[in-house]
Amino acid sequence: MTSQSQINALRRQAAELRWRIVGMMGPNKAHHFGGSLSAADIVTALYFYRMRYDPANPTWPDRDRFVMSKGHSVPAQYAALAMLGVFPLEELATLKYLGSRLQGHPAMHYTPGIEACTGALGEGLSFANGVALAARVQKKSYRVYCLLGDGELHEGQVWEAAMTSVKQCLGNLVAIIDRNRLKAMDATECGKILDPLAPRWASIGWAVKEVDGHDMAALCDALDWADGQVDQPSMIIANTVKGKGVSFMAGQAGFHNAPITEEQYRQAVAELELAMKEQAQ
Amino acid sequence: MRDSTETRFAYGEALLELGKRRPEVVVLDADLYRSTRTVVFRDAFPHRFFDVGISEADMVSTAAGMAACGLIPYCNSFAMFITGICYMPIRTQIAYPSLPVKLVGSSYGLTQGPDGASHQSLEDIALMRGLPNMIVVSPADDIETRQATFALADWPGPAYMRLGRYPTPPVFDADYQFVIGKAKWLREGKEVVVFASGHTVAKALAAAEALAQDGVEAGVVNVSTIKPLDEALIKEAAAQAALAVTVEEHSIIGGLGSAVAECLAETRPAAPLLRLGVRDCFGESGLADELMEKHGLQPKGIRASIIQRLALLS
Repeated sequence: MTSQSQINALRRQAAELRWRIVGMMGPNKAHHFGGSLSAADIVTALYFYRMRYDPANPTWPDRDRFVMSKGHSVPAQYAALAMLGVFPLEELATLKYLGSRLQGHPAMHYTPGIEACTGALGEGLSFANGVALAARVQKKSYRVYCLLGDGELHEGQVWEAAMTSVKQCLGNLVAIIDRNRLKAMDATECGKILDPLAPRWASIGWAVKEVDGHDMAALCDALDWADGQVDQPSMIIANTVKGKGVSFMAGQAGFHNAPITEEQYRQAVAELELAMKEQAQ
Repeated sequence: MRDSTETRFAYGEALLELGKRRPEVVVLDADLYRSTRTVVFRDAFPHRFFDVGISEADMVSTAAGMAACGLIPYCNSFAMFITGICYMPIRTQIAYPSLPVKLVGSSYGLTQGPDGASHQSLEDIALMRGLPNMIVVSPADDIETRQATFALADWPGPAYMRLGRYPTPPVFDADYQFVIGKAKWLREGKEVVVFASGHTVAKALAAAEALAQDGVEAGVVNVSTIKPLDEALIKEAAAQAALAVTVEEHSIIGGLGSAVAECLAETRPAAPLLRLGVRDCFGESGLADELMEKHGLQPKGIRASIIQRLALLS
């Protein structure tokens, strides 16, 4: 259960997380703005509310794990890890530079706190299954959280993994879909049909809950609900807006991986700073 | 003398022993556990055995997650499937972070036989050899398979091992010591040196025996680790010979022949090189021995190719 003050604190952290995402990306360079911003509230709820995690010891064997399967949105994870103090906030500015620990897609052997190598879509849920199974073999009680993109669900391996999770009764696995309805070029429903998403996952055997992915209280409640599952994997379908928080990016596929101008950058930062101020009141 | 055996059987038995010694070893399969012989491990350690069904990519990614948590997963399927279907997750999730996942490809090559080209892996070594951090092992007989199975568990990174379902005569005695990255002279011979791995080692030894009757001294080197290649031994062996030969049950593009060619091309003076293997084509249905004969990989064909090349050189 979450108190109103706890929710308010999480909203402030989510606003800061968005500001740091755009800040580390900067103007004039192609970055994955859209998917990082749509995932910001989910990532905040995981790291700052739900996960059992010690920022001073990111390799603690009993920690909860977060697998970013939609690897291009890793800036949201980098921002959370830096805000927690896993690595310095100043390091965020090195994103994708030669020699940086912050690679363009998640690299577990480069970055403290990153749990998997992803980037080719569709592979993360299988990896998360492996982490969840390892807990069983090693008699540990940690939980595994895996964030999938909705466009990523076009990849067939996701559905192989989905059936394995159910077969193995992985109650310690929670998957979340960042349902922003846009992929790299256009709508997720172009190319393949995903809807009705919730019944599809339920029919495979997942416990499914659908929430507004920008409603912090609803996200926290959904994560609490998922924690109550014993022998069934949980799926939270988080309905989101791609580019959420920056007016000219919101709901636009054009900012999946694209540069923004100096002027757009100033506007984005101004909007996000205003949101931070509003949350601080 | 021991009977001829299929290397996959020695692997199944070794895996069982490894499971007893190493509690962190887990085994994954994709609905082929009787073929891959992981059934032996499954029966002994049901809680450390995972059959994910017919989904090889899901299997190797799952293994990566397990390896990230300190387990040592052995993943199993046919050689063609585990390298071909799974190339991308192997690359991103296993080779890139250098996780200790052991990929074991069974029923490799032409000797897979009647199932035909879809199942005959002739490019698996090429696929795995190109990946940074990945090592590639192709044992010659049951004893080497057994030792390699143990050695892979001690190797800190990822590995690919290819195993056969083709009876192959014993090459090594029980006191043999397999070491990752070390090739081994099996037969001395100065005029020709033959580098072979897997099933073709016994074929090359038989060919060398026949060549002796032709008055040709042919040495044979077992190159069971194709990556990292034992470059020192290969360069030294080739330097002494009038002709270097590679024999492999694989495409001559990207496998042992390519690895040796790359190694020798940087050496001067280098011996002329003859690469025997499958010459840039797919396999087909047939009996294992018929297919090996068609592609010139039986002792008779190897002998004839060497005699022919020596005649051209002289």
